[in-house]
Amino acid sequence: MQIIWDGFVEAWRLLLGGDAQILQITWRSLWVSGLALLAAVVTGVPLGGLVAMRDFRGRRFTVAAINTGMAAPPVVVGLLVALFLTRNGPLGDLRLLYSNWAMVIAQFIIALPIVVGLSLAALQQLEPGLRQQIAALGAGRMQAFLLQLREIRVALLATVMAAFGAVISEVGAVMMVGGNIRGQTQVLTGAIVQETRIGRFATAIALAIVLMMLAFGANLALTLIQQQGRRRA
Amino acid sequence: MALVAIAVGAGGCGAGGSEPSVQRDQLVVATTTSLNDSGLLEDVVLPAYERQHPGVTVKVIAVGSGEAIAMGAKGEADLLLVHSPDDEARFMADGHGTLRLPFAFNHFVIVGPETDPAGVRDTATAAAAFDAIAAAEQPFVSRGDESGTHKKELGLWETAGATPGGDWYMSTGQGMGETLRIASEKQGYTLTDLGTFLAQRESLDLAPLSAATDDLKNVYDAIIVNQNESLAVNAAAAEQFTQSLVSAEGQRAIGEYGEAEYGATLFHPYADSTGGY
Repeated sequence: MQIIWDGFVEAWRLLLGGDAQILQITWRSLWVSGLALLAAVVTGVPLGGLVAMRDFRGRRFTVAAINTGMAAPPVVVGLLVALFLTRNGPLGDLRLLYSNWAMVIAQFIIALPIVVGLSLAALQQLEPGLRQQIAALGAGRMQAFLLQLREIRVALLATVMAAFGAVISEVGAVMMVGGNIRGQTQVLTGAIVQETRIGRFATAIALAIVLMMLAFGANLALTLIQQQGRRRA
Repeated sequence: MALVAIAVGAGGCGAGGSEPSVQRDQLVVATTTSLNDSGLLEDVVLPAYERQHPGVTVKVIAVGSGEAIAMGAKGEADLLLVHSPDDEARFMADGHGTLRLPFAFNHFVIVGPETDPAGVRDTATAAAAFDAIAAAEQPFVSRGDESGTHKKELGLWETAGATPGGDWYMSTGQGMGETLRIASEKQGYTLTDLGTFLAQRESLDLAPLSAATDDLKNVYDAIIVNQNESLAVNAAAAEQFTQSLVSAEGQRAIGEYGEAEYGATLFHPYADSTGGY
């Protein structure tokens, strides 16, 4: 019991003092997950739009595949990326395994189906009448797409928050493709595991608090935006 | 968060009335990951002990030596099988253990890229090898997890008079297997036990580069935890297990292990050693 209490007290001391190790790990978490998320949004939203607006052969299969992708276990994604990036693997010459870029790639793959799937669902929920209206007013395909995005902007923000939550809190992929190397490829989740393993509970708790604050912050922003949207409607 | 902590604390204190007692049919052994991963316990030592004492279930918990010793100090394990001489000496001096007995030894190996850019093959001692690696700033991957292997590595840096750090020094904080994988990927050097290296050799791009010098000697000790740490410590079973390890039969079995599978034995019985650490 004393250990837990001492851990919490020491954790707050570390955080309030701006512990350099915790800052460095938090920064890495933010830019790795942030970059992966940005890439996923830039590629995923247009892809979601494509699938939502066009009809093509195998569309239902594609949607099912996207939904499955949303539920893909991060550690499995990590395994696949590691197999590709390892020295003797197909992309081995890039020498990317156990680097920050490998983690960005893996987290991009985790976030992409989430972004595609949720924006696809949001677009599909738009009234079909709206699409016809836009077309009737003479909008080009890109214009139509951008207008629809504007309509679903609250849902898009929810999508971004959901994808952020998924990648900032996953531990399987970052450890497998990043290697959890202290000071080089260690992010919040991997650091929590490592500090606990070697018995440094205070640091582990401090990192956990930071992670929870990030996750909570993202969810708070999402809730506020959603509530605002509701009030307007 | 403070409220949650208080609630948990109140609950915990309420239930702490009963005294722990020895579970005579269970033996908790805290061991190092390298010893466990070598298979020596699973294939040789445990079957021998279980044959002699069928009523006792052995629970093997594999963590780093540092963590195993911490478990012993809290009375959470009955027997420790570790290889961290300085930490062990401190453990015994603090009165946490009743008996410390070496039972096996082997040598650590410095592995690295086949091309050996730092010239480790040309060095005469491990400390000299570490010095060469630091001077050449070649990638070096460390366990970084307070394990016996990690402590040995730190000791060698100290002897070499080099402070490891900078971009070329990577600390994984993980087990030997993962550390070897990272060393292979980065084509860097690392200090490893022979067993884990041989077991993974086929999937690694690393070569053994050091000879069995004195400063790479690696002695495994069995430590019986003092029952004063916790009344739940099964000291009797721990004693019997240790006896099984150091018996003539036990020592012989240790000395033969690995021959069939790797063409090289992984451990030497301590009975064969010239003594010391």
